[in-house]
Amino acid sequence: MEDSNTPHSPHDSEDQKNSTRRNFLKNIGLAGVGVATGAAALYSGHIFEAKKEVSGDQKVLLTQDGKLVQVDSLEIKAMEKTGTSLHEVEGREGIPGRRFVMVTDLSKCRNARKCINSCQDAHQLRPEQYHMNTLQMQDTPNTAPYHMPKNCQHCDNPPCVSVCPVDATYKRPDGIVLIDNERCIGCRFCMAACPYSARIFNWIEPKDAATHEGQNYNVELNVPQRTGTISKCLFSADRLREGKLPYCVEACPNGVYYFGDENEDAVTNGTTKETVRLSKLLRDNGGYQLMPELGTKPRVYYLPPKNRLFPFEEATDATPEKV
Amino acid sequence: MTMDENKLTFDKITADLTHHIRINKGFLLWMGFLTVSLLVCLYAYSLQLRNGLGVAGIRDYVTWGMYLANFVFFVAASLIGMLISAVLGLIGMKWLTPITRIAETIAVAFAAVAGLVIVSDMGRPERLAYVFLYGRPQSPILWDVTVITTYFVLSLLLLFLPLIADMAIIHRKVPTLPSWLKPVYKFLSLNFTNHPEQNKIINRSIRILLILLIPAALSIHTVTSWLFAVTSRAGWDSTVFGPYFVSGAFVAGSAAVIIAMFFFRKNYKLENYLTDMHFNNMGKVLATVSLVYLYFNINEFLVPGYKLKHADAIHLQELFAGKDAILFWIVQLGGLIIPILFLLFRRFRNPMPLMLISAAVMIAAWFKRYLIVVPTQEHPFLPIQHVPQNFVHYTPTLIETLITIAPFILVLIIITLISKFFPVIPLHETAVEKGVDHVKFD
Repeated sequence: MEDSNTPHSPHDSEDQKNSTRRNFLKNIGLAGVGVATGAAALYSGHIFEAKKEVSGDQKVLLTQDGKLVQVDSLEIKAMEKTGTSLHEVEGREGIPGRRFVMVTDLSKCRNARKCINSCQDAHQLRPEQYHMNTLQMQDTPNTAPYHMPKNCQHCDNPPCVSVCPVDATYKRPDGIVLIDNERCIGCRFCMAACPYSARIFNWIEPKDAATHEGQNYNVELNVPQRTGTISKCLFSADRLREGKLPYCVEACPNGVYYFGDENEDAVTNGTTKETVRLSKLLRDNGGYQLMPELGTKPRVYYLPPKNRLFPFEEATDATPEKV
Repeated sequence: MTMDENKLTFDKITADLTHHIRINKGFLLWMGFLTVSLLVCLYAYSLQLRNGLGVAGIRDYVTWGMYLANFVFFVAASLIGMLISAVLGLIGMKWLTPITRIAETIAVAFAAVAGLVIVSDMGRPERLAYVFLYGRPQSPILWDVTVITTYFVLSLLLLFLPLIADMAIIHRKVPTLPSWLKPVYKFLSLNFTNHPEQNKIINRSIRILLILLIPAALSIHTVTSWLFAVTSRAGWDSTVFGPYFVSGAFVAGSAAVIIAMFFFRKNYKLENYLTDMHFNNMGKVLATVSLVYLYFNINEFLVPGYKLKHADAIHLQELFAGKDAILFWIVQLGGLIIPILFLLFRRFRNPMPLMLISAAVMIAAWFKRYLIVVPTQEHPFLPIQHVPQNFVHYTPTLIETLITIAPFILVLIIITLISKFFPVIPLHETAVEKGVDHVKFD
């Protein structure tokens, strides 16, 4: 018995015969199951086809990952909240071929604060939450005061992105720095690292939180805002995807903002809609950046507050209430 | 009763060092008090969980407040395990033996709780796992998580290894050990029988741990200082922040050890083991590390104070003569300079005065972290405008204060439990040093 399992055992040929017989039976069984499954599939497919109505009206839709598809209009159903975000993928990739850039002309800013209101409406922000804020500046005691709109500088060497532990805030190839509030853990290291105080935090429940509940998160608009996460200026990435100018740029009544593409060397004024050469605008008007010595390489340029057509007026807007 | 009259035997040492291992009324009362206090603080934390970080006083400009100061303080205090056991132990200071376990207990307790403290500062604590799932190695937070975990594990092992022999003795010789703990101690003592080979393995492992502990400990506090130093803000943008934090940590830790020594000696009647000599020496250690810390303080304030770059000038003005001046000078004088002066005299290195000095140093150490974390954020590069008044100046709230106190209670609970169920002073090591360890284990 001890050698019954060795390769040269006398029972070998009988085993082989047995195994052939077993295989044969097994194959028949498999084929049977296969035929039955196939038949069932054909049958159910037939029923499905029979039920399906076609309107012939084809709609062109944009999928979440940015592809255009054609769908019969009868097959379009209202979407349940899926838990996935809009622009989850291309919101990180940016808009190919672009290098967005902003120019803020300080000689034109009269602290109208229309940019701020438009921005706060779009991003569901409370009155004390600024993606864009106008600051009263006075560089030295003997130089004139001026108003300076200040938003995220969308640095090419962003300190906030370096320190983020979870890749919640990131730099896109088109130059925009975004925040993904479905990833953010709320450590606020980015706020500590930002020399421009550009970031805000949702300390309490965001504005109208109940109204926006269940809304799909859009990383290019950062809405709905979420308690315990960061928010910041997005250069209106959602508007740029539609080929429009940012909210603040469009809202300004005084022609302060130019916005455009560094690759095209062209920027458009949000008020006059005039498009000019970026390089010429900066060269002719002494364009500069905020705190370039920190090496952050901002994508926002400023034109100095010279030749102003109006006197400086102290800001009179009410301070937002305590929260 | 001197040592000579009362010749130390193995049984005498065992009795002296383990008589407190029993559950008594005082212990239950103390633990009950700590538990109730902790529950109150946890209720405060539940409010924060429900309503967001807005229940604290931190806002968009001062975004790191007491929670982060607390975190830095806890990491700092945990560093003492490395100084006492590793640095001083490896250079052969024999008088340290009765203090090593106290230092390691403090290291383990503070390092463990430091990890929890940082969670109290998170806006979305339920996403803690993202740090591991999506962690980016560029972020100093990742470095901090890595080194604190490493240091905690090393410290826990360093606490455990000398305990193997002690637990082998306790489960055999201490009748007051609660019966349900007996099998646990028997299991954890890993069949230790005082065989020379076993002792050799344990001693070698401890030595390796002590060597590993030095870089790990230096890393935890250096990396913690980099959470600030990697930014360009005035007051944080400093190249000496690493050693500044490490030396400050030794000050806080030495003070913590002295306070613990004082109360263990009194409550557990360890006067023959924690002698005036030990307090005297620890007083010298505290004076030395304080002098080193003073040196880094001078560097940290004098150099930017000489140049007075715009942002630095505002920062230093606020600290020296502005809004934070009173706290700053109390901390610097009362927590550093005056203690150094007192510690120069022998009589202030006696147990009672030394404990009082250490308590002052310890309290000042916490407020020093507050002064490192908060004032810098109150004057960023660009002006703070069009925001509510409470965004401009940081005022901690009651809920925030309770959540800040919670980790201290937790540390006290951990230290109480460890010291209650294990000898505060290494039993087997003491026996070895007194030459009475040649006891046959059954």
